[in-house]
Amino acid sequence: MTAVASTGAAAFLGRYEGLRTRLPGARVAWVEALRNGAAEAFRAQGFPTRRMEAWRYTDLASVAGAVFGEPLTGVEDATEIPAAAGPRAVFIDGRFRPDLSTLDALPYAADSLARVLPTLDGRIGTIARPAEQPMAALNTMLFEDGLVVDVPAGVAGGVLELLSLATDSERAPAYHPRHLVRLGAGASLTLLETAAGPQAARYLHNPVFEIEIAEGARLAHGRLQQEGREGVFLSTVYARVGAGGAYDNFTLNAGARLARNEIHVALTGPKAEAHMNGVQLVGDGQHADTTTTLDHAAPDCSSRQTYKTVLAGRSRGVFQGKIHVHQVAQKTDGYQMNQALLLSPEAEIDSKPQLEIYADDVKCSHGATVGELDADHLFFLRSRGIPEAQAKAILVEAFLTEAVEAVAEEPIRAALTRGVAGWWQRQGVAGGIEEA
Amino acid sequence: MLKIENLHAAVDGKPILNGLSLTIAPGEVHAVMGPNGSGKSTLSYVLAGREGYEVTEGSVSFHGQDLLAMEPEERAVAGMFLAFQAPVELPGVGNANFLRTALNAVRRARGEAEMDAMQFLKLARARMKVLNMPEDMLKRPVNVGFSGGEKKRNEMLQLAMLAPKFAVLDETDSGLDIDALKMVADTVNSLRGPDFSALVITHYQRLLNHIVPDRVHVLSAGRIIKSGGPELAQELEASGYAGVQAAA
Ligand SMILES: Nc1ncnc2c1ncn2[C@@H]1O[C@H](COP(=O)(O)OP(=O)(O)OP(=O)(O)O)[C@@H](O)[C@H]1O
Ligand SMILES: [Mg+2]
Repeated sequence: MTAVASTGAAAFLGRYEGLRTRLPGARVAWVEALRNGAAEAFRAQGFPTRRMEAWRYTDLASVAGAVFGEPLTGVEDATEIPAAAGPRAVFIDGRFRPDLSTLDALPYAADSLARVLPTLDGRIGTIARPAEQPMAALNTMLFEDGLVVDVPAGVAGGVLELLSLATDSERAPAYHPRHLVRLGAGASLTLLETAAGPQAARYLHNPVFEIEIAEGARLAHGRLQQEGREGVFLSTVYARVGAGGAYDNFTLNAGARLARNEIHVALTGPKAEAHMNGVQLVGDGQHADTTTTLDHAAPDCSSRQTYKTVLAGRSRGVFQGKIHVHQVAQKTDGYQMNQALLLSPEAEIDSKPQLEIYADDVKCSHGATVGELDADHLFFLRSRGIPEAQAKAILVEAFLTEAVEAVAEEPIRAALTRGVAGWWQRQGVAGGIEEA
Repeated sequence: MLKIENLHAAVDGKPILNGLSLTIAPGEVHAVMGPNGSGKSTLSYVLAGREGYEVTEGSVSFHGQDLLAMEPEERAVAGMFLAFQAPVELPGVGNANFLRTALNAVRRARGEAEMDAMQFLKLARARMKVLNMPEDMLKRPVNVGFSGGEKKRNEMLQLAMLAPKFAVLDETDSGLDIDALKMVADTVNSLRGPDFSALVITHYQRLLNHIVPDRVHVLSAGRIIKSGGPELAQELEASGYAGVQAAA
């Protein structure tokens, strides 16, 4: 399709040619076939361009024009990592670090993908759609590691942390972890994912998740995207939810120079549920994109989405949300709301909600708003002695409340609150509301 | 002490206050009455520092400071308080959290010790009891779903908590039942003393039976056209503004 591959795409394809015999699973026929297929797709499409409908508002030219290096394999401890409060998988520059992880004595299996890859036939690449998503194709071509979690039927897995850290490296590394999460019938898990890196480091973090939730199982997936300010974060989550199961995704999209939080959820069994909420905090010089597609592919399912974007300085935000109600999906209950708050005249938001409904008995609604802080509200708070910056922070917090309160899981909510506070500190504002 | 001299102010280029002068000494309560649209709320906003109210001439000094040069929050710290005619609703901001944040912001700026959550709640509960406010109003978002009267009570709660040196009450009595009216009067009267003064904007003599003012002023077309003692309010109640306006 593309006549001339971009510098970046050519470099990645070149790397694949050079590494193909050394990548994990290189001598496993099905892995090789999977990677070759993805390489073909990536060769054909290159990096997404704004001519692609799904990428109209997010320009990857700066990524496509750059050349990234391989992460170092060393075990240098460049990052200071807080002690683990519970089970935790740590990845540094995309590679699993058993020495920093605590995954012992769990009532389920959790392992490094590089270690167990040959056993994953039929599990990897079954939900992801690299032919439609070049970043997923790039990931499939080059993934080296990731987290593989398998919670057996009926097991309550508790909380698992997934920490993904970038090191401060001159090489501007690119890494493409592939994470697989599977919950058996009636199982449950809270997965708390954090992606972070040093402020000045250049890197590309391109994770792909494949999540399978069986009948009656529940996965709460909290995500804190706090990459460094020169980092690029392009993530794609694919989730499939069986009958009576639930997928709860909350994403705080706050870091990186360029961030895309792309989520595809398919409700494939009756009475499945999806809750997708998120907050994007976009500061000067940042671009943050949340793109969701929700497939209602079975009857009696419900979905709730609330996304809030706050933009400061010269920044850009994107929200695209598509709800696709298949013909079989009678009695679908779908709701989507996305709201943006512009704190500066140089901030911009593009928002594109989309409903495609092929069933006749459905309840589906969506809404979008864009606004600024209310001058009367701000004046009221200031007239009571609250300094302007703090008053703004209070009103922004209030704006976010609805999305934050939709998070039922306490550990996720707490992490989220900390993440929001951290963003304010980076904006030079100390303290919003004081709890009484 | 508040000293307003020859104050001219415009909104969107339209002159609203046209040479208003008024001095309120510490310990005094003055009432301002006047027809709709005469500029009473405009005066209150100019004193509180609301954006969009352009002072084109004149000065306001507050305890020796140039009030007009100060940010709204600085005025609050200096002891200025405005009870709004139409209090705003703040969805997502809990009333208790808001109150504590405001109280501590003021205390911090004044170099006083902050209040922890326990001390704050104790004080707030005591004040609410006096104001006859149900405690769940602390948990609810600021003014959201409050009735008109409840919003006014909430303004009085803020007044009682922040204990300013100067309060402007912009028609706090409008729309209140008799008991609530007394509660407003009690709040103001309890603050009365040598370090507190107030400007009470009202349309009704009724409130002034409970908060007996030292002086009453009539505002018309952005100027004070007549001043007098409490009896002036009774006179206006009986005969309306027409006579005063004609004489001015
Ligand atoms: N933004 C604005 N643009 C133009 N005119 C304005 C604006 N705001 C206020 N005014 C006008 O200023 C005048 C004074 O208004 P203000 O609210 O101060 O009156 P008031 O004395 O408080 O009246 P009321 O007794 O009805 O509360 C009114 O004629 C009003 O229409
Ligand atoms: Mg008024």
